[in-house]
Amino acid sequence: MDIHGLCNIARQLRLDVLEMTTLARSGHPSSCFSATEIVTALYFGGLMRYRPQEPWWPERDRFIMSKGHAAPLLYAALAHAGYFDRSLLWTLRQIDSPLQGHPIQALLPGVEATTGSLGQGLSVGLGHVLGGRLNGLDYRVFVLLGDGECQAGQVWEAAMAAAHFRADRLIAIVDYNKFQETGPIAREMALEPLAAKWESFGWYVLEMDGHDMTAVMTTLTEACRPPRPGRPTVVIAHTIKGKGVSFVEADYTFHGRALTSEQAARARKELMS
Amino acid sequence: MIQTMPAAQGEARRLGARAGLPPATKPLRDSFGEALLEVATQNPRVVVLDGDLSNSTKAETVRHAFPRRFFNIGIAESNLVGVAAGLAACGFIPWITSFSSFLLCNAYDQLRLAVAMSNINAKILGSHGGITLGKDGPTQMGIEDFALVGGLPTVVMLVPCDAASMKAAVRAATEYVGPVWLRSSRVALPPVYPADGCPLTIGKANLLRQGDDVTLIACGIMVAAALDAAAMLADEGIEARVLDLHTLRPLDVEAIVAAAAETGAIVTAEEHLLTGGMGSNVARIVAQHRPVPMRFVGLADTYTESAEPDELLRKYHLTADDIVAAARAAVQAKRKG
Repeated sequence: MDIHGLCNIARQLRLDVLEMTTLARSGHPSSCFSATEIVTALYFGGLMRYRPQEPWWPERDRFIMSKGHAAPLLYAALAHAGYFDRSLLWTLRQIDSPLQGHPIQALLPGVEATTGSLGQGLSVGLGHVLGGRLNGLDYRVFVLLGDGECQAGQVWEAAMAAAHFRADRLIAIVDYNKFQETGPIAREMALEPLAAKWESFGWYVLEMDGHDMTAVMTTLTEACRPPRPGRPTVVIAHTIKGKGVSFVEADYTFHGRALTSEQAARARKELMS
Repeated sequence: MIQTMPAAQGEARRLGARAGLPPATKPLRDSFGEALLEVATQNPRVVVLDGDLSNSTKAETVRHAFPRRFFNIGIAESNLVGVAAGLAACGFIPWITSFSSFLLCNAYDQLRLAVAMSNINAKILGSHGGITLGKDGPTQMGIEDFALVGGLPTVVMLVPCDAASMKAAVRAATEYVGPVWLRSSRVALPPVYPADGCPLTIGKANLLRQGDDVTLIACGIMVAAALDAAAMLADEGIEARVLDLHTLRPLDVEAIVAAAAETGAIVTAEEHLLTGGMGSNVARIVAQHRPVPMRFVGLADTYTESAEPDELLRKYHLTADDIVAAARAAVQAKRKG
């Protein structure tokens, strides 16, 4: 698929997330919007092998949404890829729906891990890589981390272990939108120098503009073919929280808050334009 | 003042002696290591994850025999549990092994999401359960594992009481599809069952002694103590039934209700805090189905200290004598009716 086609899918996923969270009157749309190009490139840019009709195909590449609050984006991508019917999306966070506020492993086809307590996904991803090695399979495991999530000790336990086990099929992507729940990362709990931290843990580090679809495709393609065998790869994606909707971009307090129906109408207009 | 005991009294004080059990031969953890090696040998899907304590938990048996299926994740329990979850998702049967206290207290969040809520096929060995690890002291003792695993609703909980039941429990846990917690300990326990002769069905308590006056429901080290207590009570004319409650979840409701109905009094005994422990869960069943007088042997709301295991058991009231006293009180309450 060409870049233009991918941009159209990204727009559709943002519109779906907006619709889902507005209907649910809760959720984290701004955290989904910062990661939309990344998830679009992985699922629809030919970077991941998967079979929606055989969701647990042992040779599939894995995607783990470690920043579990971006669940609506994961669900929208899975529906778009054909894992389940799109109509399910409108049941997000409703009673009897498999679309839980944060993902529950295998409750829906394609949901690889239970996440929502930040810090856990990279470890699970490493387990998948070690399992693949024992099974003689060479699939890749992509783990999307939040930037605030990188404050959690378990992320660094997993980073240390991944380098130790030479897990070069493990690819972490940090959605570095520069904000956590209560404010700017730099003010609340600074991460810098983030690239140097990963580097010092033995990872191959790439950086990219996480909204420039061409850059995202180029960088993630490189991440799949790292020049240093034995090293896991991390891609630090510089992103904007709430990307695509001006008044959400401008206000970090939208974290964990759905848009009102009036705000959603304005947002829809901006996303369509 | 140092008290010396006459030899005969010393032998009588040995756990299981009054019940006629032979002396213990090896620590329970050694039996775990042997059983783990057995299931890893039989089933190539078994993998073992270690928090750098395999020489203490005895999971090292698999490290030596099957190094490719053994992962030392280091002193990082949160990561240990997460990696195991990924391996389980790939079709392996991970045995997560460490001290009970370190696993539960460092990785409870991971056990909750990645294991229990995800309902994966992982097995968790919490070694050094209870206070009988002795001299390493209260920081290392797992006295709250029943309560904490109790908070993970999908996880089966097994508490072996001797070498044979440890082997049976490791086999049963590995065969069962779903998350299982297994308590191990450092102490050597006298054989309650013949070697390789423990019938262990998950959720089905084992009746070890028949009696009509009171039922002693015990798990782990307290099973041998309960058998001792039953022998002592028999000398007073009280016939005690003894149940080995090796599965704390799912509870054997049928056996508990039958015990209440047929003996009219119940004493529970566990090497664990009374708050949130086995006895409080048994009491819930008894209160709902067949209320009878109950007494509870276990740790009051306290941490213990460094000492010899038998000194600790005496000081913190986890002996056959304590069970006897509790049984007398329960029987008296029943008779007052």
